Amino acid sequence: MATMTIAKAINEGLRASLTQDPRTLLMGEDIGELGGVYRVTDGLKRDFGAMRVVDSPLAESGIIGTAIGLALRGYRPVCEIQFDGFVFPGFNQITTQLAKLRTRSDGMLSAPVVIRIPYGGGIGSVEHHSESPEALFAHTAGLRIITPSNPQDAYWMIQQAVSCEDPVIVFEPKRRYWLKGEVDTSAPAGDPFSAHVLRAGTDATIVAYGPLVPVALAAAAAAEEDGRSVEVIDLRSISPIDFDTVTESVTRTGRLIVAHEAPTFGGIGGEIAARISERAFLSLEAPVIRVGGFHMPYPVARVEEHYLPDIDRILEALDRAFAY
Amino acid sequence: MSGSRVPAAEFEVEEVLRAAHSAIGEQREASVDMLQVLAPDGTMAGGLTAEIDGEMIDFSPYLAATDAAHLCSLYRDMFLIRRFDQESTALQRQGQLALWVPLTGQEAAQIGSGRALQPQDYAFPTYREHGVALTRGVEPAEILRLFRGVTNGGWDPRERNFHLYTLVLAAQSLHAVGYAMGIQRDQLADPSLPEAASVAYFGDGASSEGDIHESMVFAASFNAPVVFFCQNNQWAISVPAAVQTRVPLARRAEGYGFPGVRVDGNDVVAVEAVTRWALDHARSGKGPVLIEAYTYRMSAHTTADDPTKYRLSGDEQEWQPRDPLVRLEAHLRTQGLADDAFFDELTAEARSMATALRDAVLSMTVPDMESRFASVYAEPHPLVQEELRFFQQYEAGFVDEGKHD
Repeated sequence: MATMTIAKAINEGLRASLTQDPRTLLMGEDIGELGGVYRVTDGLKRDFGAMRVVDSPLAESGIIGTAIGLALRGYRPVCEIQFDGFVFPGFNQITTQLAKLRTRSDGMLSAPVVIRIPYGGGIGSVEHHSESPEALFAHTAGLRIITPSNPQDAYWMIQQAVSCEDPVIVFEPKRRYWLKGEVDTSAPAGDPFSAHVLRAGTDATIVAYGPLVPVALAAAAAAEEDGRSVEVIDLRSISPIDFDTVTESVTRTGRLIVAHEAPTFGGIGGEIAARISERAFLSLEAPVIRVGGFHMPYPVARVEEHYLPDIDRILEALDRAFAY
Repeated sequence: MSGSRVPAAEFEVEEVLRAAHSAIGEQREASVDMLQVLAPDGTMAGGLTAEIDGEMIDFSPYLAATDAAHLCSLYRDMFLIRRFDQESTALQRQGQLALWVPLTGQEAAQIGSGRALQPQDYAFPTYREHGVALTRGVEPAEILRLFRGVTNGGWDPRERNFHLYTLVLAAQSLHAVGYAMGIQRDQLADPSLPEAASVAYFGDGASSEGDIHESMVFAASFNAPVVFFCQNNQWAISVPAAVQTRVPLARRAEGYGFPGVRVDGNDVVAVEAVTRWALDHARSGKGPVLIEAYTYRMSAHTTADDPTKYRLSGDEQEWQPRDPLVRLEAHLRTQGLADDAFFDELTAEARSMATALRDAVLSMTVPDMESRFASVYAEPHPLVQEELRFFQQYEAGFVDEGKHD
């Protein structure tokens, strides 16, 4: 068992995928010599060569579109998009081509392309470097979307994304890249599309994913001091969503808070709220409450602390849920 | 509007059209060689050379046999695909197809390039490449399955090395480059594999799309074995090619650092030779090539538009004598390579093909809705499974009611 950061865990996961399957290759701008702007691919070009770790031209549609072509030839490309806000030049290739390849071919073709996107705020950066666009992709059938929140998941989920026959977008919580944790490389990998209950509780459930998982855990710990027993679920997979795990929890706790960084309007939280209302209406003691970003472009870094959900915003939501 | 220099309304459309046509005319005369072997009057030149990037290229070795058998087979393919086009247009007019995308006028560009491909090459079409599809062994009826609305595909792309049609302009050009990058890697891993290339088909309208630019950057950067085959049919629905480009499209290749060739797209013999050269160039590791097949779409962009609203009838009349079938027929007849019997038999063959096509379209089975759930994901997906269960239960309710009808 080794201790490593999320960034290092993804690096080790990619290394394992490159080692196990010669058809795996990495593509993206600056991923070679530099090792990526976050050094997630550090050292991989040195060890696997320029044909396996491809420093590409600066063109997101080009990166994803050529990856689709490589997949059609039998390769398993893993694309890196440098930042969340830069995925949009490649949006067309992802939504009109990658997501639909299997359906358009009546199941004859597979599109096992992985797209890694560092996402989310909290790093004090400039515009287009802090967004959470996962809902835009989750709305597109044909894609799978996962987001690890800790090194152990990061190590396995990237490998599982590479071996999946469907296209997978891996949203990597960039402000947690340096979060350290134990990684057991010999432990069996679980289902990457299932949610994990990280903390047991009886009075309310908080569902979070990616960068907000540590925030949710801290909020639950703070709530305990107020005598509230709060369960915390790390969603892990945004498409599909493991509604069974969430439903089971809410059926016991009666209250649900969904927290994410993306704006709440039209977001994943709304989807979870609607489904849980359908599945567990009679168990609910209060409406499902969403905690998330506001309906505005991601604000300038100097005020992002007021935009990003924090412990207090989650506790306030809990107060509202308990007030019913 | 007194004193305005805006043309009066009754002249506006005509003025704009004339301006556009004038620009097209200038472009046609621009300083780029247009390779041609078979002249519109049916005479055939002996050789085929052009200067590309300051180097004289002799395409003559790539001219396929100009014997009767080969030329007649080219003519046959062009004739059948035109008949297919006419029948498909009729089927659309009769409400049997949702839409049709005619190719009449572009038979030489498609049959010539398609016949240059070898089995191991892989073509990525846009949505008008019915002629190329024919050369790859796709059954005519399979092409119509998309337009009939029973599938978004229609054939097994891997079996024919002919990808599915792509309706989002230029998206497939990147897939072609990525596929070519895969070919490079396969050959590094196993040098005994036959050399291969991919071909990206697109039109003059698509040449404005960013994906064409990105695909050419990637192709050049990685020296990918890909041939960009642009059919410049002069019109992107109602917008003339002059609005897409100020230089002949073939010359754009120079900016990316690979050869660009303009070929008479209505000359099937020249198109085949130039494409064979380009594929050889790409397969042998010399990198990408752009071919601009200079041609003309004789009919509408699709059955949904009306060319009389945007182009001058004189324009069509100007292109009529350059018809790819007419000129090859003239050659075959004057050289005594084919007689009336050949043309009569072909006409009969085309008629029976059209009949079979009509029957095939009318008997196409509509897929059941449940099968749509099955191909969204390769691996089991709980949401799709849940919605399928809902759909089955919902539908089952109607079945019970139906029994009493």
